[in-house]
Amino acid sequence: MTNAAQSLPPLKAEARDLNFHYGKFHALKGINMPVYDKKVTALIGPSGCGKSTFLRCFNRMHDLYPGNRYEGSIDFHPDRTNLLAPDIDPIEVRMRISMVFQKPNPFPKSIYENVAYGLRVRGEKSRSVVDDKVEAALRGAALWEEVKNRLKEPGANLSGGQQQRLCIARALASDPELMLFDEPTSALDPIATASIEELVSELKEKVTVLIVTHNMQQAARISDYTAYMYMGEMIEFGVTDEIFIKPAKKQTEDYITGRFG
Amino acid sequence: MSSIPLPAESAVPIGRLKFNRLRNVKERGIEALMFLAAFVSVMTTLGIVYVLVSESIVFFQRVPLSDFLFDTQWTPLFDDAHYGIMVLLSGTITSSAVALLVAIPLGTIIAIYLSEFAPFTVREVAKPFLELLGGVPTIIYGYFALVVVTPLLQMIYPDLPGFNLLAAGIVMGIMIIPYVASLSEDAMRAVPMSLREGSYAMGATRLQTALRVVMPAATSGIASAYILGISRAVGETMILAVAAGMQPNLTFNPAEPGATVTSYIVQVALGDLPHGSIGYQTIFAAGLMLMLMTLVFNLLGYYMRKKFREVY
Repeated sequence: MTNAAQSLPPLKAEARDLNFHYGKFHALKGINMPVYDKKVTALIGPSGCGKSTFLRCFNRMHDLYPGNRYEGSIDFHPDRTNLLAPDIDPIEVRMRISMVFQKPNPFPKSIYENVAYGLRVRGEKSRSVVDDKVEAALRGAALWEEVKNRLKEPGANLSGGQQQRLCIARALASDPELMLFDEPTSALDPIATASIEELVSELKEKVTVLIVTHNMQQAARISDYTAYMYMGEMIEFGVTDEIFIKPAKKQTEDYITGRFG
Repeated sequence: MSSIPLPAESAVPIGRLKFNRLRNVKERGIEALMFLAAFVSVMTTLGIVYVLVSESIVFFQRVPLSDFLFDTQWTPLFDDAHYGIMVLLSGTITSSAVALLVAIPLGTIIAIYLSEFAPFTVREVAKPFLELLGGVPTIIYGYFALVVVTPLLQMIYPDLPGFNLLAAGIVMGIMIIPYVASLSEDAMRAVPMSLREGSYAMGATRLQTALRVVMPAATSGIASAYILGISRAVGETMILAVAAGMQPNLTFNPAEPGATVTSYIVQVALGDLPHGSIGYQTIFAAGLMLMLMTLVFNLLGYYMRKKFREVY
């Protein structure tokens, strides 16, 4: 990191010597990476490099399937809890770290109930609290004006880009500290992509964002920090502008300039 | 024009694009065979409807429709004959209700367990066993109701008669569980993983995910499973003929013996009533009633499938 002299923003999370195994397959190898508070960090790299696997460690999604194993730690700041420790409840983790998926996956419920889902599962009963949070989340996801008169309609009636913003609103409604985006625009057209990108850039005022993307221009446009991964290893991490203009490693440069991957 | 040289001798005969008569004849023949196969099932259905309707018309010429629908006695074989179908319908409805009270909750719980909770190995072992339960001949279920379930129930309710709708209904429910469970489980498993992950990622538990996301997404499939269960219950014959007593009895109390539409048809069909007698004619009217009921449930199922279909 060339800018060590500059004062670094506070940490939100930090992966330390993180190893991950799918059964016998060693998918992540000794990853070390900081995630800075209220910044957008992009993970780039060719298909199968482990960037989604890494992302899904943060909210313990791998716990859903048998045979997966974590080693090392992801410290969650400010209290520095190791998210991967055995005494940590993945359900509690997921209430504080929310996720937006590659393909919009609205639930078979109304627009309102989709956004309220996180509140419902943690037993929020107060109607006015839910109403307020749903509205705030839909505003936060730049969807409120489009759907305020049709909150009772099924979420599936929305267009693809709106559905993805609905999923962002759903993830926002539970006031997460960290939001994970797993290639959120890869199933969307360019216009919907632009609106999601704009939204992600706005989100960082309130929340820390970690985003996996296939699209390097996207990483360059929206992120403050970029990490390049290859074959389960963290090749390079740094300020986005530096990574894209003057990468330290030859491998990163080859990938960014399109000579590889 | 003539400057373009044509190949002196074509490697392939000139007629290569001609109509292939033999192939077309073969295709037509196969098409006709397949049409015949489809035609047989359609014609069978139409034939059944024709027989039921035409014989029922004969019946209704002798018995007014109002008697058939509103009379409260069913005694076609007595001198003082009454033809109140309500009596048989009450037996069908009561036994089916008991069966569904058993089959729908248990079948749904089994489906949720197998689809959302069971480890892979448990599911792979349990599902074939469950489906085996659906393959047991119903006559065996009938005797199971008569000689096992009724005596067990009599230990709790000593007044329970030896033939009753309750035991028959419970066993019928057990018989239907595999249909409900298996089809509901298929519907729930067809819900894409991405929806479940979306729910888990919001901090939902397994049970919350199963009840709030997977089941609503599988509503159309689960509803068709229930409808199929209802159709099975309404059409079930042997268990009721063996264990419920075949006594026409206008009652909605499952602790009494009763005859259903189906068990009455068995009774008459096995008896020695002369062909063409009014008593014999009743089975067609009863059969038509049964067919109308299952038709209604099938239409309901079709409507539910369309209404609740989720596009993932």
